[in-house]
Parts: sequence; structure tokens; C-alpha cells
Amino acid sequence: MKVRIFVTLKDGVLDPQGKAIHHALESLDFSGVNDVRAGKLIELDVDPSVSREEIDRMCDKLLANTVIENYEIELPETASGTVS
Amino acid sequence: MQSAVIVFPGSNCDRDMAVALETVSGKKPHMVWHGDSELPAGLDVIAIPGGFSYGDYLRSGAMASRSNIIKPVVEAARRGVRILGVCNGFQILTETGLLPGALMRNSDIHFVCKDADLDVTNNDTIFTSGYTKNAAISIPVAHHDGNFFADKDTLDRLESENRVAFRYRSDINGSSRNIAGIINEAGNVLGMMPHPERAIDQKHGGTDGLPLFESLLR
Repeated sequence: MKVRIFVTLKDGVLDPQGKAIHHALESLDFSGVNDVRAGKLIELDVDPSVSREEIDRMCDKLLANTVIENYEIELPETASGTVS
Repeated sequence: MQSAVIVFPGSNCDRDMAVALETVSGKKPHMVWHGDSELPAGLDVIAIPGGFSYGDYLRSGAMASRSNIIKPVVEAARRGVRILGVCNGFQILTETGLLPGALMRNSDIHFVCKDADLDVTNNDTIFTSGYTKNAAISIPVAHHDGNFFADKDTLDRLESENRVAFRYRSDINGSSRNIAGIINEAGNVLGMMPHPERAIDQKHGGTDGLPLFESLLR
């Protein structure tokens, strides 16, 4: 199954990349953008036997640095709802 | 003083580090490959050099800090072996949790490569005893991710416990409180972004890095 993990910088952590993107949008004359935060999307293709807890552990141990980053795990929708 | 330099794929300051260690100690350091699971016996100092280990994939230092050799390095740190992490080595030490905080992209996005003016904030450490207190020194920096970040409580603790070893004299990368190098609670692990191993020979522009390596001999 395909699992998507969104890694984003925590609130209050300066995001120089997001700032540069924001600046570039303004220089392209797009207005009304109040803030830009850049993050990462990591896609895992895992066996259905892999538990949500196991994926949490992957995030804590490697995929995110929880000193500066948050992560969200998106599991695939199935007929019976979200796999857990 | 018996030392080792850990070599990762993408390390590029490992040989400079070895030259610096050999210059002060007269002994050739062991060069230890990241895939090894054991360190040579009897080490006094382990250096984690600068570079771009694993191409900085995922985050700077993230992959290196999960490589085979890191487990025995962490165990050695707990036993009191002196660990010096420079630049990418500092990033690796924060990723392993041996040092607090994280090194983020420089606040102005640019790679910074120049001689940086530093203050020796704490000369009462095993790494800095060769400097006078508040000495003003010049050490080269070369990094993209040198912006030291930690939450306020961690920063306050680092300062109150005198664990800030070096500070930039002006803001060059956005680091919290201009922190350039910190030590761990036990005082045997130092991480710093500037490269003391590039400042040990007058022919290379200066010798302000030499006292750091000489301190290790004391």
C-alpha cells in the first residue's frame, strides 16, 4: 500500500526556503500570498502488514527530525475507510 | 593521543582533519569507514569530519547518523572518549542526539564560505583550554546548513551551563544567539560549524585552529 508522509517545519521555525519562494512569487507579480512554508512529501510503498505504529516509528527514527519538524501520515482510503 | 577520523561517502575534510590530528599528536589517526561496526581499541579522540555525507540526502547528517559506525561512536561518547564534530560532523552529532538542536539552511539561503570571526565563549573545556577566555579568533567556514536552531529552553540551558564554546562575532548564517559551537552536558563532545583543521598552518592563512587540537593533548 502507498503511504504518504508530509514533513513540515514546526511553527516558529524559520523557513528560509519558504521565504525565498514567497519572494519569488511576489516578483512574478502574484499578490495576496501571506506566507509560504516548504516541506517534504515522502511516499512509501509498504506491505499491508506494516502497522501505523511502525510507520510512526520510521518517522521518529529517520524520516523527520522532530527537533524542527512535524510529520503527518496519510494512509490509503479503502472501502472500509482508512487503513489503520 | 590516539585518534580516529570517521569517513563517510561524501566526507571531504577527513584528510585535513587527519593532518591536523597528526600535526599535534605525532601519531597517524585511524581512518575508520562508516560501514565498520567496531572502532579500533584505545581511542582518546574521535573526529567526525566535514563534507556532504550521503549527499546530504533527507537532511544534512541524517543518513550518516544512522550508519553502522555511529553505534560504537555513541557508546564511546558515553564512556567519555572525546568526540569532535566539525561542520557536517556537527550536523551528524545533532542528528544522533549526542548534541541538542539542529542545523538548518542558512537564513539567507546562500552557501557561506569565508573566514569567520569567532569568540571563544568558554575556554574551560577539554577542546578550548588552549585559548584565552573571550579570545577573538578567525576560522574558515564553508556551509549551507549552519543555522543553529534550538528551542528557547534548550538555548537558555546551553548558556546557563556554559556549553556554548564558540560564537560568531556577527550574524553569518542566522544561528540562534550566534552560536557556532556547543559541547554536551558531560563536556566530552564538541560540535562546531567552523573548520579548525583548516587553520593550523600559516601557509594556509592562519593558525587559530591549532590551539583546539593542542587542547586535546593536555
